[in-house]
Amino acid sequence: MKTLLYSVPFLLIASSAIAGSCPQWTVGDLVIDAAWSKATIGDARPGIIYFTVTNTGAEADNLTGIATPAAEMPMLHETVVTDGIASMPHAPAIPVPANGSVSLAPGGYHGMLMGLTAALAKGDTFPATLTFERAGTVEIEVAVEALTAREPTCRQDAS
Amino acid sequence: MPTRRQLILGTGGILALAAGTLALGAWRSRSGVAPAPPSADLPLPLTAMSWQLTSHLSARVGPGDWVGRPALVFFGFTWCPDVCPTTLMNIAGWLEELGSEADKLTIALISVDSERDTPEVMSEYVAMFDPRILGLTGSPEEIALTAAEFRIRYEKVPRDDGDYTMNHTAGVFLFYPDGRFASIIDFHEDPQFAVPKIKRILA
Ligand SMILES: [Cu+2]
Repeated sequence: MKTLLYSVPFLLIASSAIAGSCPQWTVGDLVIDAAWSKATIGDARPGIIYFTVTNTGAEADNLTGIATPAAEMPMLHETVVTDGIASMPHAPAIPVPANGSVSLAPGGYHGMLMGLTAALAKGDTFPATLTFERAGTVEIEVAVEALTAREPTCRQDAS
Repeated sequence: MPTRRQLILGTGGILALAAGTLALGAWRSRSGVAPAPPSADLPLPLTAMSWQLTSHLSARVGPGDWVGRPALVFFGFTWCPDVCPTTLMNIAGWLEELGSEADKLTIALISVDSERDTPEVMSEYVAMFDPRILGLTGSPEEIALTAAEFRIRYEKVPRDDGDYTMNHTAGVFLFYPDGRFASIIDFHEDPQFAVPKIKRILA
């Protein structure tokens, strides 16, 4: 997964060339980019958050927490498939490698929003606070895309 | 207090055992011959299955309805935030690549969450995706029999807040028009292998 990350931004540029750049947030050596979520059917189903963290520094870090007013119980998860069975264990520390990046993306790491305070609709945005072991906390703004989106509509810059 | 992980594994063990027993029982009662070895985890041919489920259009559907056309079948639940929508979007991509050939396929999402996924809920959900996708659900017993015949596993995982999620087999199962099982497209499979696998059941 991590080894593929450098090729991903180029694909996104190709598929959404007319979109504007995704907003970025910086904390310490980390840049958070392409923060998006998906619309939900009602407020009973869990919502989701995806984003990319790029580490420009020489020290590895860990993403250890997520908070948002959009949900009562936000939590970092990883989708894993073991013997063909998918589950989503809590991911207490998502590694952000030195001079590398990690993507929270469909089918892998994600922020899971349990107990949504309201249904999420395409076009909405909501704040989320990420906590990193070394870099500390940063507030980001998450853009809600269609339920059927595969990626954010903004353009993720190669970094 | 047990950790979250211990709770998950505990529930899984019990349910996996229950599914295994049921699978064996279903095989015996139908054919009256020696059961397949317990390690056999490939789906039965559709012609040897006996499940009945309710579609998102409230029609009763059984495996016999699918014989004669190639079929693409996967399991999930509509409360699923990551795996199921991702699978649905992967399928949308494959269908796009296959063009009009894809119209020959039966495409079905079978719910493993009887409690929440009523036919009405399935209808609302599949409407968000491709109109060619059939959503199927049933009683807990109906879903258990279906799972046993497909040799898939699922388990209810309680969450700390009283809600629950479901772990479930994530692959997409492909069947030839005569009902024989063809192959599985794994959840994390390299996308370049998916469409050729589907082309094989379309040939
Ligand atoms: Cu999750």
